[in-house]
This record gives sequence, C-alpha cells and structure tokens, in this order.
Amino acid sequence: MLTTFWSWWVILLTLTNLVLICWVLFANKKVAVSDDDDPENETTGHEYDGIQEYDNPLPKWWFQMFVITLVFGAIYFVMYPALGNWKGVLGWTSVGQWEAEMEKANAKYSETFGQYKDMKIEDIAADPKAMKIGTRLFANNCAVCHGADGGGNVGFPNLTDKDWLYGGTPAEIEMSITHGRNGAMPPWGDVIGEDGVVAVAEYVLKMSGQEHDASKLEKGMQVYNTTCVACHGPDGTGNKMLGAPNLTDSIWLYEGTGEGIRHSVRAGRANVMPAQADKLREDKIRMLTAYVYSLSQD
Amino acid sequence: MKNHDKVEKNIGLMMILMVVAISFGALVEIVPQFFNKATTEPIEGLKPYTAMQLEGRDIYIREGCNVCHSQMVRPFRSETERYGHYSVAGESVYDYPFLWGSKRTGPDLARVGGRYSDEWHRAHLYNPRNVVPESNMPAFPWLFDNVLDHTVTPKKMEALRTLGVPYTDEDIAGAEEAVKGKTEVQALVAYLQNLGLLLKQKR
Repeated sequence: MLTTFWSWWVILLTLTNLVLICWVLFANKKVAVSDDDDPENETTGHEYDGIQEYDNPLPKWWFQMFVITLVFGAIYFVMYPALGNWKGVLGWTSVGQWEAEMEKANAKYSETFGQYKDMKIEDIAADPKAMKIGTRLFANNCAVCHGADGGGNVGFPNLTDKDWLYGGTPAEIEMSITHGRNGAMPPWGDVIGEDGVVAVAEYVLKMSGQEHDASKLEKGMQVYNTTCVACHGPDGTGNKMLGAPNLTDSIWLYEGTGEGIRHSVRAGRANVMPAQADKLREDKIRMLTAYVYSLSQD
Repeated sequence: MKNHDKVEKNIGLMMILMVVAISFGALVEIVPQFFNKATTEPIEGLKPYTAMQLEGRDIYIREGCNVCHSQMVRPFRSETERYGHYSVAGESVYDYPFLWGSKRTGPDLARVGGRYSDEWHRAHLYNPRNVVPESNMPAFPWLFDNVLDHTVTPKKMEALRTLGVPYTDEDIAGAEEAVKGKTEVQALVAYLQNLGLLLKQKR
C-alpha cells in the first residue's frame, strides 16, 4: 500500500504522460498529402543532391492503431489497479487470481484423493489408478534422491528391497515421510584409534560374509562389543528405532568394502531424510506412503 | 513539427528531453517502491545471513548459479504446487543485490531450503549426474577443495550494515571465527539450506 502522497505521485505522472502522448500525436497530426495542390504541403524543404522529401501525414492505419492503444490504456487504468492505490473496477489482484486457481484445483483434486481417504494403505497400494498418481508424486518429490525407480544411490536408501532402516510397515513409512529421519553415526577414529578402525572393519566384513583378515577378528570383536553394539546390536542386525543398519546382509547404504567400512567408522555418517509435514498435504503423503510400500511388495 | 529542427540540431537539448521522457517509467514504477512498506520492511522472522550463509551467497553469485536458477516463485498454482508459497518482497530486503532472476534453465531455488539433505547437496554439487542422471547442470568439484578467505567476511558484513542490514557488533566480531578453515561447499550448502524457510504452504 502506497502512502497518499506516492499514490497521487503515480496517478499524476501516469495521467500527465498519457496526456502528453495524446498531445504529441494530435498536435502534429497532418491531413493533407504533399502532392496536393496546396503549396504549403509540398515538401519538408530538405534537399540533397536535387532530391526532395515529401512531407506526408502518418499512414491512416498506423495513426488509428496508436489511438486504439491510447484508448486501451485509458480503459485499463479504470478496470485494473494501475493508478496508485486505485483498486480497479474489476478488483483484480495477483493473489486473488492465484486463490481462485487454487480453489478450483482443490475442488477437483479433493475428489481424486478423497476416494482413497478411508482405504487402508495396503489397499491403496494395490489400486492401479492410485499407483499411477503415486508414480507421478514420487517422480516430482522423491526421485531426486531415491532415484526414478526408487532404487536409491550411495547414501540414499533403496526403497524397492525388503531391507528397511526405519521399518517398512505402512505406519513406519508414513512416519518417515511426514517427520523425516535423522541418522547419525558418530566418528570413531579418535576414540578407537586407527588400529581399532582396521580391526572392527574386518569384523564387520566377517559379519556380512565377505573376505576378511582372520588375525584381526579378536580385536575387532572386542572393539565392536564396546563401541558398536549399542546401536547395531550384539548380532549386528541393527536397530530400527535408531535407523542403525543391519551389518550382516549384503545391502549397504554406503560402500560395503573394507575401505568403505573403515571410512564410515573413522569419520562417522550423518544422513537426513527431510520432513515433508510442512511441505506436502496429508493426502499426498498418504498416496506416497502407499506407493513406497508397493515398491517392495511383489 | 515546427521547431523540431531545433531539437535535432542541438544534441544537449535532445539528451535532456530524452532523459525526461525515459525517466517517467522509473519515477512511476521504481521510486515509489522505496517508500512502500511492503517492499522495504522484512517479513516476520527474517534474519540477516550468517557469516557462512553470506559467504555461500557470494559463491552462488561467483559461480553464476543465478544465471540458470531464479529465486522467485510467482503467484501461479503451477508454481506454488512445485515450489511452495509464492515469494514476497519482504523476504529479500537484506539481499544486496537480490537474485530473483527471470530465466530458469534449472528449477527455482527460492524455497529449496530444507528440501534436500546436506549430503544430497554435496553429492549434487560434486557431480549432479551422480544423483540426477538427466541433469545438465555443471559439476563444481573445486568447491570441495577451496577454503574460504575469512579475512574479508567482516568487511563484507560492515559494508552491508551501511546499506541497512542489521548486523550487530557481535555478528561482525564472530564472523572470522565462523568462516575460518571452512570450505566453499560448506558455505554454499549453508546458504541454500536457509533459502525461503519462513513462508510455508503445503503443496
């Protein structure tokens, strides 16, 4: 909202400009054509190498177009909020236009989403039409991290297998999407020393059934049982409450090689699934829950 | 026109008249905005950029991110459904210069804060193809090696203070310490994660 002074400033300058343009146009309007008999209208008086220039009026079509733009402008000033704080006869605002668009779309889409409102997530996951909507929502909101097929990437969980950091039931998935997840593994390099890092990595390699250096296992187990066990559990199968991964399978969020594991232990890992509660409407989160759930069902 | 030759033959007069004619637009469309509270007052909760965010913003400008990414969500449903709440002027009052932009080769970033994890931003900046296979954004691997020059940060903040950004003396005193030894990518991610957090709207 402009103050009264600035509002009038805009109004007066704009109208003055309009009047000046009209004046320039009409004050210099010329009717007669140069080759008429009237001697006053002969030429502009310019002469170059014996060539003279006719002094003709503006073409009629051009002049009329100019007048039409001036009339259009004047009508626009009245209908739309073009002059200072004048709101315009139509009462148009950009926010008002947006709200109307939203209202129209909400009416349409509340019907689309409404039919799944009382369905169980498992049933929505089996509904082909719902899954078509889910595919689009996933592509727009999730695929950037989890991949277009939900297959994940290094550091971004695969959603198509049956291995879940925070649980794969519909309720757990909905929780992950709505409130996000914060995975934090502290860096252990300074605590257990480089010897400890190397040893415990060998022990984890053994757990996951990979080749390992058997001479380091004893020390590795010792380190594991004092530092890792609290989150990853005595048998290494992880903890869904904390998002601590299962170390006994061949599924790895980060590299599962000796070097990869040593790096994770040494420097720690911090990973975030951003919460969507403030970003996506509940009906969309429900649809995405069903879609993500469906990815791991055969 | 009768006296037109006087204007055409006097370049000084012609220049003055041209400036007068052109200035109408600026006088009507720009000058009143300097005195309009909607454009000069910050929205509730808006804070000046922290030292790290400020350095990140300068990296953003240096690398030309604003050439391909706008920072203005227009009030159309097609935009608010993708990016979130439309942008308002009061969000940019501490931006010198503002980075609204008008060309989008990549998506709008006005509300990118909190949308992805820090780790995603690092992976994406290191090589966008690693996380978005179809992306045509350039990779910025040098941001991971370059260390910020912490000696200039307080000067930047002082310069912004003269323009009206409300930095306190403590902010400026602590700036060197906050930036010292940090890499450029840390600053850039700090900046990106702060963008557009204040206005929320469910998409």
